Amino acid sequence: MGHHLNKAFKFGVGMALSAGLVCNASADDKIKVGFMLPYTGTYAALGNAITNGFKQYVAEQGGKLGGREIEYFTVDDESDPAKATENANKLVKRDKVDLLVGTVHSGVALAMAKVARESKTLLIVPNAGADEITGPLCAPNVFRSSFTNWQPAYAMGKVAAQKGYKKVVTLTWKYAAGLQSIEGFKEAFEQSGGKVVKDMTLPFPNVEFQPFLTEIASLKPDAVFVFFAGAGAAKFVKDYAAAGLNKTVPLLGSGFLTDGNLDAMGDSGKSLQTTLHYADGLDNKKDQAFRLTYAKTYKMQPDVYAVQGYDAAQLYSAGLKAAGGDAGKQAEVIKGMEAAKIDSPRGAFTLSKAHNPVQDIYLREVQGGQNKVIGIPTKALADPARGCKL
Amino acid sequence: MDFASFLIQMLNSLQYGLLLFLVASGLTLVFGIMGIINLAHGSFYMIGAYLAFVLTSATGSLFLAILLGIPLTFIVGAFLEWALFSHLYKREHLEQVLLTYGLILIFEELRSLLVGDEVHGVDIPAIFSASIPLSDVLSYPVYRLVISGVCIVLAVALYFVIQRTRLGMMIRAGNHDRTMVEALGININMIYRVVFALGFALAALAGMLAAPISSVFPNMGSHVLIISFVIVVIGGIGSVWGALIAALVIGFADTFGKVLMPDYAGMVVYLVMAVVLLWRPEGILKKG
Repeated sequence: MGHHLNKAFKFGVGMALSAGLVCNASADDKIKVGFMLPYTGTYAALGNAITNGFKQYVAEQGGKLGGREIEYFTVDDESDPAKATENANKLVKRDKVDLLVGTVHSGVALAMAKVARESKTLLIVPNAGADEITGPLCAPNVFRSSFTNWQPAYAMGKVAAQKGYKKVVTLTWKYAAGLQSIEGFKEAFEQSGGKVVKDMTLPFPNVEFQPFLTEIASLKPDAVFVFFAGAGAAKFVKDYAAAGLNKTVPLLGSGFLTDGNLDAMGDSGKSLQTTLHYADGLDNKKDQAFRLTYAKTYKMQPDVYAVQGYDAAQLYSAGLKAAGGDAGKQAEVIKGMEAAKIDSPRGAFTLSKAHNPVQDIYLREVQGGQNKVIGIPTKALADPARGCKL
Repeated sequence: MDFASFLIQMLNSLQYGLLLFLVASGLTLVFGIMGIINLAHGSFYMIGAYLAFVLTSATGSLFLAILLGIPLTFIVGAFLEWALFSHLYKREHLEQVLLTYGLILIFEELRSLLVGDEVHGVDIPAIFSASIPLSDVLSYPVYRLVISGVCIVLAVALYFVIQRTRLGMMIRAGNHDRTMVEALGININMIYRVVFALGFALAALAGMLAAPISSVFPNMGSHVLIISFVIVVIGGIGSVWGALIAALVIGFADTFGKVLMPDYAGMVVYLVMAVVLLWRPEGILKKG
């Protein structure tokens, strides 16, 4: 009995001591930021852009956030959901990071959010658009600096209705990002009196589109709304043009249809209209300065992913300032982040209750190899965050 | 579906089926006839597509790119056979799988280092860039029809070489009993080197021809690898005609699957494979 008590006492003292040590450490040492992003594979360029953006903001603050130096930890998530929990735990348990930043792939991000919720680690998602992260699975310590799949698509639904389209056909890969985009589009378009006459899907990442082009030609809708991204999007746009459909049935898309693949599309992409929370040619000093510095530092042009990384750093900086630079005071950091008004290159934004940006969505048109802004169909659009209890 | 749409979908199926045959043709040779399990077939296809992109950018013409690309890939294929594959014929399938899987990783990494990870497009040659109107709103790209034509020519040529020439006989005999063929004084090593190089060049040619319609992007080979194996297996290992028929069957199943039962479109191809293999476990046209 006495032996047990003794042991328990020692254990308690040990805990108290180590807790004290942690407190001391967090006041003096560097703040630990853990990037869990894709650095190899298809999304490698996106992971690098996010990292670059984040580091650019930190560098602009003299290498410090909230007056504290930053130490980076990096894990390549390989966009592999099967390894996601283990990878997130490397940063959370082994490196004991104060802030977890990641990632691009929605499936991986969902697993990260789970780890963050259980370990109470602060998480900022700098890209993955899965509605759930700031919807049914939202949490006090989970933030997003990018968008929900719903947001840009909803804006395009409004645009389609304003253009006077009545009958629209949708097409996407049958996976979460695609289906959530279609839902967003449909919601806005049907609220405004339009009708989606047919939803078509194909398995991801299948790119044999001919059967669907034939279907579209026989249905003769007023317009087609699609969600595709990357190489598949480039192929779809080319096939659509080669089938001559672009002459009679306008093609509308959620932003990623024309991001990072305009070269591959060539002429087929000309004057395509898409909606997204970022665009080329924004009339905004912050954006111009951001682009100039980015191009100088990294010898390439920034994109929407770099902006999202940059804003993740801004968001965390706002939280740290509110907590006086003490990353250990998580409640205060969170309050600071919730109240922040982020002066983003995309235009200023605030956060919704569910911790997703409330932001303008731009209507863009492909002109001269760029996604030029041509309008703002929805100002300060908030995701409905259905199922979030925050 | 009205009748006109039905006819156009038939055309889509046919054209897709022929494209699949083109992609699988190199594998028919290397896996089907030589009996090497070549997981790197998709990488050969990817190499072809990237060659088309690089050489078209350099020369300004896809024709020139293909004319340069075929001998180039043939030489690389012969080299690979000499350096790596020639040591594998007498070994187990597992070792072939390990080697060719390793090659996938090496080729992808080389691709990343040399050309980068971006998505690229290759322009359709100007003389084939037109489209033929099929209905009031839909037209059909001429280039796709050209590819279909190339596939048919290739199928006939392959069949002729394998079944009707002395070289073809030696290849088939070598696959049947390598030792006996050697004993008869035929240089089987040289024959295999040529056939493997031809298989590499065919896969690369498929990649080069498909580049303008599929775009050029990382990991593109993995998309075609599985479907190529499906085609060779259900066609009957070792049969060129079998592979052609199988490619057409898959083309029809995939196209009409997408239109008629979109929720199960991802499964249809594999359902067809299961049914064919239950009905004929050795494939549609198994050669003895």
